[in-house]
Amino acid sequence: MRLSWLGVYALAYLVFLYAPIVLLPLFAFNDATIIAFPLTGFTTHWFAELWTNRALHSAVGNSLQIAVAAALIATVLGMCAARAGAQSNFPGKGAIIGFIMLPLVLPEIIIAVSLLVILVQIMGLQLSNWTVIAAHVLICTPFSIAILNGAFANLDPSLEEAGLDLGESRWSAFRLITLPLVMPGIISSLLISFTISLDEFIIAFFLTGSNPTMPVYIWSLNKDFDALPVVMALGTILVALSIALLTIAEYFRRRGIARAGLKDTGGFL
Amino acid sequence: MANGSFLSTEDKRGLILVSPPFIYALLLLAVPIGAVILFSFWTQDFITIDTTFTMNNYREIWSEPIYGSLLKRSVLVSGVVTVVTVLAAFPVAYYISFHLDAKQKSLWLFLITIPFWTSYLIRVFLWKVILGYNGVVNTGLIELGIITEPLTFILYNVNAVIITLAHAYAPFAILPIFVALEKIDRSLLEASQDLGEGKVVTFFRVTLPLAMPGVVAALVIVSIPTIGDYVTPELMGGAGGKLIASMIQTQFLQLSNAPLGAALALVAMATVMSAIFVIFGQLKLMSYIIRTFSSGRGFGELAFLCLAALLLQALVALTIFAGWSGSLGGSVTFFAGVLAYSAAILSLVGKKRG
Repeated sequence: MRLSWLGVYALAYLVFLYAPIVLLPLFAFNDATIIAFPLTGFTTHWFAELWTNRALHSAVGNSLQIAVAAALIATVLGMCAARAGAQSNFPGKGAIIGFIMLPLVLPEIIIAVSLLVILVQIMGLQLSNWTVIAAHVLICTPFSIAILNGAFANLDPSLEEAGLDLGESRWSAFRLITLPLVMPGIISSLLISFTISLDEFIIAFFLTGSNPTMPVYIWSLNKDFDALPVVMALGTILVALSIALLTIAEYFRRRGIARAGLKDTGGFL
Repeated sequence: MANGSFLSTEDKRGLILVSPPFIYALLLLAVPIGAVILFSFWTQDFITIDTTFTMNNYREIWSEPIYGSLLKRSVLVSGVVTVVTVLAAFPVAYYISFHLDAKQKSLWLFLITIPFWTSYLIRVFLWKVILGYNGVVNTGLIELGIITEPLTFILYNVNAVIITLAHAYAPFAILPIFVALEKIDRSLLEASQDLGEGKVVTFFRVTLPLAMPGVVAALVIVSIPTIGDYVTPELMGGAGGKLIASMIQTQFLQLSNAPLGAALALVAMATVMSAIFVIFGQLKLMSYIIRTFSSGRGFGELAFLCLAALLLQALVALTIFAGWSGSLGGSVTFFAGVLAYSAAILSLVGKKRG
């Protein structure tokens, strides 16, 4: 009996978790400017409006640029840290890796504020997409490390040693042996970092230049009630995209684990 | 382990490899936070920054009641959100870990993490739709005939902020608890039941203590980001539900008083860090008392420990009471006492164990 009560509770909790996401497409296709029940009719008007919105297009373009750059840099940095962490035991390893992982638990507003202070007030730089990228790399790297740690820790070091013994250079041994084995982890890290950067608001809000990113643009529609259905349409597309990317990332993560011949231990975090 | 010189080249390689991300974090995290600390002792007059060292920003935070009350509300909301989120998450983590097989486990974990990866802003917008005056909850309840007037206590106040944050941080609570539960050796539970304990007693005496590291991790992971959250209080909180992050944002981007904003950010950070430190000290003390109790050591030591624990609770209660009755100074004084006392307990318990 206890088991089924717990199961019911867990299902109810899932409903709570998914409530906002399930409502999103309902309102995106609803034929009314006011976001409320009852639904009045089906329309694709709000999606068509997305198509003609110039400001949105430039914001999306900006966000994509930032997300791609941040994902690439964060994954490269993550690979360095994950490999170093997995294959050697240098002094102060725990402290160094712990410090790199710190942005994971810091409130984002602290990161935003401190970068704003140093970049603008002290160094006098202009805010641009690059300032946002720099900050996004900082918050994406810990996620990248967490994902890649799994991939690198499961690697048998004797494989690469065998490559070295057979006359490969260190770099080509890495490229030919290790890289293919950790590739699923790399793809998964790229996708996750991309998703985080694409969705991140508060840091972009503080550090964005004259061109807003997509979340900053969405935020600017906050007080504009007529724009709300369009936001719902945009949100539907974003959620569908996120779920697709995550499913692909999860697929690669599991394949990586299977490749390393291990049992799956669960999620990304 | 194997051969000293081999290890040291391996170590060197590791250090070289870890240095790019480390230097990056140093330059973009440690240096900026250092700059914020420095900055908080400066002042700004419109755009010119006066770099003479001054405590004025901290003095202003101290003396203007608006900052104290915002900080108090932020700590309170963050505390309630943390407790609610962790309490609600525990049974789910327990269910996934203890009642599902491996395949279902990874499916459930995947399902739980998905909402977290979808746009936070959009999710908050939707909570507004759900909890609003003509929202899903209100129209639904009216339709069902449970209420006749829309409920107004669920939007634009602290309750709405708490619901939305508890939703946003759910995976952060579930995952660490799940990991801790997964690590529990199942034969321990069987042993307890073989020795005649019921399921409930087994849960409280075996499962729960072993899951504690996960619970503590969840408390920390949820409480630190929630105190700095900006989007949810701004969108859901209305006039009475704004938290400290809104004020930081206002100082930085609207009032051009970055030094005061920097000082506020630091005070908020320091508050939550020390609160976590106190909770940590409490848990350490409790587990030490329980261990002393079950090991059947001297009555004197036990009585002393219980007295120490009681004194700590009294100090915590005084802090909360002083804060509640509006005396910031009293609250801070008592809190300093709590901090010092927790530090003393931690060092004492640590030494005893060694």
